Amino acid sequence: MIPTWVQLAYLLAAVCFIVALKGLSSPRTARRGNLIGAVGALLATVVVFWERDIDHVLPILVAIAVGSVAGVAGAQRVQMTQMPQLVALFNGVGGGAAALVALLELAELGEAASLGEVAEFDLAATAFTILIGSLSFSGSLVTFAKLQELMTTRPVLFPGLPVAFGGSLLAAIALSVLLVVNPALWPGVVVAVLGLVVGVLLVLPVGGADVPIVISLLNAFTGLSVAAGGYVLGNTLLLVAGTLVGAAGTFLTRLMATAMGRSLANTLFGALKGGSTLGAGEASDRPVKSTAPEDVAILLGYAQRVLVVPGYGLAVAQAQHTLRELVDVLTERGVQVDYAIHPVAGRMPGHMNVLLAEAQVPYEQLKEMDEINGEFKEADVVLVVGANDVVNPAARTTPGAPIYGMPILNADEARQVVFMKRSMRPGFAGIENELLFEPQTTLLFGDAKQTMSKLLNAVKAL
Amino acid sequence: MDSAISAEVVWLTIFILSVFVGVEVISKVSSTLHTPLMSGANAIHGVILVGAVLVTGSAESAAALVVGLIAVVLATVNMVGGFVVTDRMLQMFGGRRREQPADSAGGRSGSTKATRQ
Repeated sequence: MIPTWVQLAYLLAAVCFIVALKGLSSPRTARRGNLIGAVGALLATVVVFWERDIDHVLPILVAIAVGSVAGVAGAQRVQMTQMPQLVALFNGVGGGAAALVALLELAELGEAASLGEVAEFDLAATAFTILIGSLSFSGSLVTFAKLQELMTTRPVLFPGLPVAFGGSLLAAIALSVLLVVNPALWPGVVVAVLGLVVGVLLVLPVGGADVPIVISLLNAFTGLSVAAGGYVLGNTLLLVAGTLVGAAGTFLTRLMATAMGRSLANTLFGALKGGSTLGAGEASDRPVKSTAPEDVAILLGYAQRVLVVPGYGLAVAQAQHTLRELVDVLTERGVQVDYAIHPVAGRMPGHMNVLLAEAQVPYEQLKEMDEINGEFKEADVVLVVGANDVVNPAARTTPGAPIYGMPILNADEARQVVFMKRSMRPGFAGIENELLFEPQTTLLFGDAKQTMSKLLNAVKAL
Repeated sequence: MDSAISAEVVWLTIFILSVFVGVEVISKVSSTLHTPLMSGANAIHGVILVGAVLVTGSAESAAALVVGLIAVVLATVNMVGGFVVTDRMLQMFGGRRREQPADSAGGRSGSTKATRQ
């Protein structure tokens, strides 16, 4: 029997998690919400040592210390641009931990189970935790590799992939059933291995632009496996926390998919239907108009209304601080400037807001898509910095394109469009942008940071 | 009284209610906060650390102990790293507002401009 005060402490921790999620949904309370969540987690980590007799206390404490140092080091060092892959990585190790916990519990249950003393439902929950936890682990590692560009960001397809995916999933389910009927450790280990395979095969065909949705989905998966693990261990806190994350994560995944104009099924399996192969991923040699920083400076300096569309390329070049300076100078000249932020600009929904906040761009200048989209018609100049897919009209006009149906910023309605680009390489989604070849469009080639400094100096010299 | 409701149904009840709470608390989130929210939720499932400590604490073989300790390390990375990185992200959202009144960068560029003129 777990001491009552420990159970109550778990309940308090669960309430902390609920308050944390609630707080994280509003800008004013987000930071406090996160801290409350951390307090709940700390409370749970302390009281667990009184739940029952815990052996090996010293090695466990050392392991916690090692994990804390690694976690803090990773979290402190990471560049804001690399945030999505770090979240993927953290999610993966969480899923891996859940799978290992369930395997160990299975090894312990094994003897009692062979005597028929363990309920089938416990064993089913154990199998579920192993399968989903290991799936989340390997799937997250593949998303990490894609975002870190350790591998291609384009959908990876090979003949027989759907068969391999379906086959391993069915085999994993069959072995889970075997595990319930005939409890032993080995089917559990095989389920774990099959889970790893399923995770890899699930994420490989997903294109780079859709990877954030997959991270969110895997996040929900890990939550559910933690919930099932909580049932197996008879721990209400794990059940509640895991279920909260599972439910909130699933809902968040749907919100993100909606923001990108995709259904979840289309995100995961679209490439298998051949939809995403439209993008050639090659640089185009069609003629474009290129220009010099001085010309753009005149364009911007004597405009009345300028909209800036920032993208991931801006952050990669670390040009957001120079961009803010440029906007400040233009504002002083009396030009009305706003940032038009696409919900999925960057590599994760809300990522661009984080990056611009880092450069201390005033919150009032950041306009969300629905708010600003009607104003592009009125804009004299739209400056697109390191963005591509979020202003690609193919999302409206080309039914076969991987981004078809995604709401985009109406940059094509402005009088002038200036693209700051490193090269003619297509965006993350790997498709060509027709807007580059329109008559009102000019291109300013070069590294965003250098070009931005030249542009800044040219505007100052006006 | 004590056997009026079965344990399984109690568990199921907790599960179902948690699903509704999980969806309800985040249903009004703006897209600005999607990234920190995902990251924060990610940190919360690091509470699997509790499970990792429980199974490691009852490990009877060296192999089980090693696997358990690996699980403890992984879960701690998830939990601690998750909360720290979420805080780092949110710090930037909040920091901007606090620096608004005494915006040193804005003030400096303003004064240099004045002297140049």
